[in-house]
Amino acid sequence: MAIDWFPLWLSLKVAALSTVIAVALGLWIAYALAYRAFRGKELADALVSLPLVLPPTVLGYYLLVLLGRTSPIGKLYEAITGGPLVFTWQAAVIAALFHSLPLLIKSTRAALESVEPGYARAARSLGASEWRIFSRVTLPLVRRPILAAAAIAFARSLGDFGVTIMIAGNIPGRTQTIAVAIYDAVEAGNGEVARTMVLVISAVALLILWAANRLSPHQVQP
Amino acid sequence: MILARLKKRFPAGLNSAEFLLDVEIKTSDMVTVLFGPSGAGKTLTLDAIAGFVRPDEGRIMLDDDLLFDGATGVHLVPQARRCGYVFQNYALFPHMTLRENLEFAAEFRPKLERHRKVNEVLEMFRLTDLSGRRPKELSGGQKQRCSIARALLAEPRVLLLDEPAQGLDPMLRAELYDVLRNVRASFDTPILMVTHDLEECFALGDRMFILTDGRVVQQGTPSEIFDRPASLDVACRLGIYNTLQAEVLTLDPGRNTSTLRLEACELQGPYLPGKFKGDRVWLCVRPEEIRAFPRNGKPGFNQLPVTLERATPRPGAMRLHFQGQLLADVARFEYDGNKHVKEWMLEFPSTTLRVL
Repeated sequence: MAIDWFPLWLSLKVAALSTVIAVALGLWIAYALAYRAFRGKELADALVSLPLVLPPTVLGYYLLVLLGRTSPIGKLYEAITGGPLVFTWQAAVIAALFHSLPLLIKSTRAALESVEPGYARAARSLGASEWRIFSRVTLPLVRRPILAAAAIAFARSLGDFGVTIMIAGNIPGRTQTIAVAIYDAVEAGNGEVARTMVLVISAVALLILWAANRLSPHQVQP
Repeated sequence: MILARLKKRFPAGLNSAEFLLDVEIKTSDMVTVLFGPSGAGKTLTLDAIAGFVRPDEGRIMLDDDLLFDGATGVHLVPQARRCGYVFQNYALFPHMTLRENLEFAAEFRPKLERHRKVNEVLEMFRLTDLSGRRPKELSGGQKQRCSIARALLAEPRVLLLDEPAQGLDPMLRAELYDVLRNVRASFDTPILMVTHDLEECFALGDRMFILTDGRVVQQGTPSEIFDRPASLDVACRLGIYNTLQAEVLTLDPGRNTSTLRLEACELQGPYLPGKFKGDRVWLCVRPEEIRAFPRNGKPGFNQLPVTLERATPRPGAMRLHFQGQLLADVARFEYDGNKHVKEWMLEFPSTTLRVL
């Protein structure tokens, strides 16, 4: 039978987009957590890790309340784009973000904090602005661990099920990601479709993890 | 001109006692050395000048510019201070080649001029052939030259060096001194360096400050300090290990002489300003200033009979330990000929006797 590959492409698109957003946001938040002193810093750190431990349904519920059509954010989004946010593939990106962002913040903060502070000091004494220090000294030094974390975050977002189904739903051809599609196929007794998709997604995940390992900082650099 | 008057209190931590940094440094000399044991607050002083550490109170000035003032809350960011800092671990950016490291420091210049200036400095510090290498492919001495070159390229108004000779072998040390003399001759940048190496103070310093326990205990030119250490503690830190109780017997300002009684023996020295007859004083003599020879006959002028306890080898000399904790250095060959002699004679220098 013919397999509809839309869920795989959608999943890849959603995961890629959420990873890009997570890297950008993650760098910014991790920079603040690593270098800035502010009150409630450790509370903020705990807060950003919360999605890693909460049940997906709890997260999905929060997001539904937060982004639903009656919520301020949902209304704002609808006013700007003309359509609701929930039960679209964009909502799936947000769902995936909750898996990728905590991972990236955690690893980026650790990577930033492991950079020898002498480099930044030296750059400061040479008159370099904080932005130049970040872009030319710190960031290149943490590039590999961040890329490794991004790869893992990508793989993690690829497989999200619970949050996606809560806020993006299961609309074939529109919001049905691969994890949801596999669930559907099993439910409907489409053993062959389920098997194929499971094998494909496993292979993709394995490939990404292998790439992430190659990027890991403890690898000897060539 | 560098002026740094600063106070900073560090409360007692889990594994550290309370520490109070309270130093005042004012110098207009080309090379100023902060000398002292580890934990005296030398590096902390450099860090405060560079802007990495904020003092509780005080004032830091570089020529006419105020870098820090506790009373008015002025605290310039390190970028605005233009203090070149050569770190102990050099802090070269590991992901950049040597040339890129230097260009990073010269980025405020237009491209062509930057290129020319970097080439010039590479040449001067004999780094041209290495310019494509990364820091991890360089030796310690090369890294250090690169680090000094990088700091100078940013056109600092003062060059701060943290323990530059630490961990260098004697050959590299001599090379470093050459490099710094070159810097001194070619750049108009005053140098403030931290060291706990006495040799370095003499090799490079125009002026030195001795720090112990977060305070300046003495300042002056190296030879001034060496001739007149301010206290027994300073004397000890300068390697003047023989400190002996003596009594002033006579003082003759006219002939610039004095006599001191040391145990049963009389020594002649220079006139001692500010001392009176009968004063108990400390006599400070470096082991290499005393002439030691096997005793034969009665003690002569400025001589003291002593008994040898043991001898320890030193580079180029033998250090003899006598009863009463007296030390004297003699040449290896002189000792080798008199290995079994226990009774020795010490002759004190009459013109350079130091008294506290």
